[in-house]
Amino acid sequence: MSTESRWELNKELAQMLKGGVIMDVTTPEQAKIAEAAGACAVMALERIPADIRAAGGVSRMSDPKMIKGIQEAVSIPVMAKCRIGHFAEAQILEAIEIDYIDESEVLSPADDVYHIDKTQFKVPFVCGAKDLGEALRRISEGASMIRTKGEPGTGDVVQAVRHMRKMNSEIARVASMREDELFEAAKELRVPYDLIRYVHKEKKLPVVNFAAGGVATPADAALMMQLGAEGVFVGSGIFKSGNPSKRANAIVKAVANYTDAKLIAELSEDLGEAMVGINEQEIELLMAERGK
Amino acid sequence: MRIAVLAVQGAFIEHERILRELGAECVELRQGSDLSGSFDGIVLPGGESTVQGKLLRELGMFEDLKRRILDGTPVLGTCAGLILLAGSLENSPERYFATMPILVRRNAYGRQLGSFSAEARIRGVRNEEEPFPLEFIRAPYIVSADGAASPIAVIGKMPDGSEGENVVGVRYENQLGFAFHPELTKDVRCHEMFLAMCRGT
Repeated sequence: MSTESRWELNKELAQMLKGGVIMDVTTPEQAKIAEAAGACAVMALERIPADIRAAGGVSRMSDPKMIKGIQEAVSIPVMAKCRIGHFAEAQILEAIEIDYIDESEVLSPADDVYHIDKTQFKVPFVCGAKDLGEALRRISEGASMIRTKGEPGTGDVVQAVRHMRKMNSEIARVASMREDELFEAAKELRVPYDLIRYVHKEKKLPVVNFAAGGVATPADAALMMQLGAEGVFVGSGIFKSGNPSKRANAIVKAVANYTDAKLIAELSEDLGEAMVGINEQEIELLMAERGK
Repeated sequence: MRIAVLAVQGAFIEHERILRELGAECVELRQGSDLSGSFDGIVLPGGESTVQGKLLRELGMFEDLKRRILDGTPVLGTCAGLILLAGSLENSPERYFATMPILVRRNAYGRQLGSFSAEARIRGVRNEEEPFPLEFIRAPYIVSADGAASPIAVIGKMPDGSEGENVVGVRYENQLGFAFHPELTKDVRCHEMFLAMCRGT
């Protein structure tokens, strides 16, 4: 099968995830709770971002055995993270037939210059982006899904909002340009001209775009959806909270009905304790600054 | 022509785009109150059947939609939508509408690496002889179908990779079910056929 048609199939899997919530899980039990709560996919990892942040040190791809345990526990797609630029970790994840690889800034980058050449893989990749330039660079490297970087493990939604708004305003700017200005835009954003042309014509990214990094409540999820996210990743927000199952259920329903404030008000009642957040000013490590 | 599209999760916008292009009006079903109006057809899109099935029940749409399907409102189910229609599932105790007498295996081709494209003629569409592009994304497999459910699309590859007659599209009375995703292609003939059913022609 050609690289092009593989990329289409991979992009299409992301389309099937739209309107859904992808949840971070660290054990088969958590994966089952997530699936039962209505997650459209799970992200298998040894430590959720909040704990990675707390533990410090080098953070790597998870143990394949642990990932396989989660693959066996659920019937929905299973994703896993590899380090930015670590194509050998990605090869391992492909070998265990992961459904989606997240080349993620949450882990310690393995390469401070190059991202993985994702066109060399059959398995799909999702990558984080803070703006249109980053998103289109990842797509040109072969990513078939984009998410905002946000700031993982903080429970603070401000960066995800900032990244989504930036992306939207840059897309609007490119869409409003004269055709002869697109060459300069491609140069300025350091991205291929054909991708800029696509954004100009279609007024959107060529792949699905989810929100990620700091979503902790049904209201956070609704906010990101109203800002144009096509679905939501919730990392630490669920299993760092008082009642994971109830919160997960509520976030799933809030995403399906993201403009119905009355329903979201009901969903937000008695959720127990939310994850303890960290404000962006309080953190020393900005994961979003990894991998541009 | 008003078509209700289940919009709790999945690729519903893709269906709406094609239906609108063909002149239909779309209403999105996200909760029970969206069912108050009248409509001429129902679309169950691709996505995750576990999520859609759960939200159908918990957001108060399941009984009403099931009754409408049984009362004869035309319905189009693609991939996850086919699973929602299936009478029984081989590898899951779960059952959803169960209005179509077929046995279905979820994720029959394995994980995403098993997703593939194919082509087949579809019986009953315009220019029947012209093959239709088929996209299978973590697709279900129709293990068996009751005699009353007629196969309308067949490919030559079985889930285990061997050659054989693999039914990937079924019509049963007012119900149309596909294991692939007509909403992901530019070919609108499956949706034309569905709208013709909704018009009663």
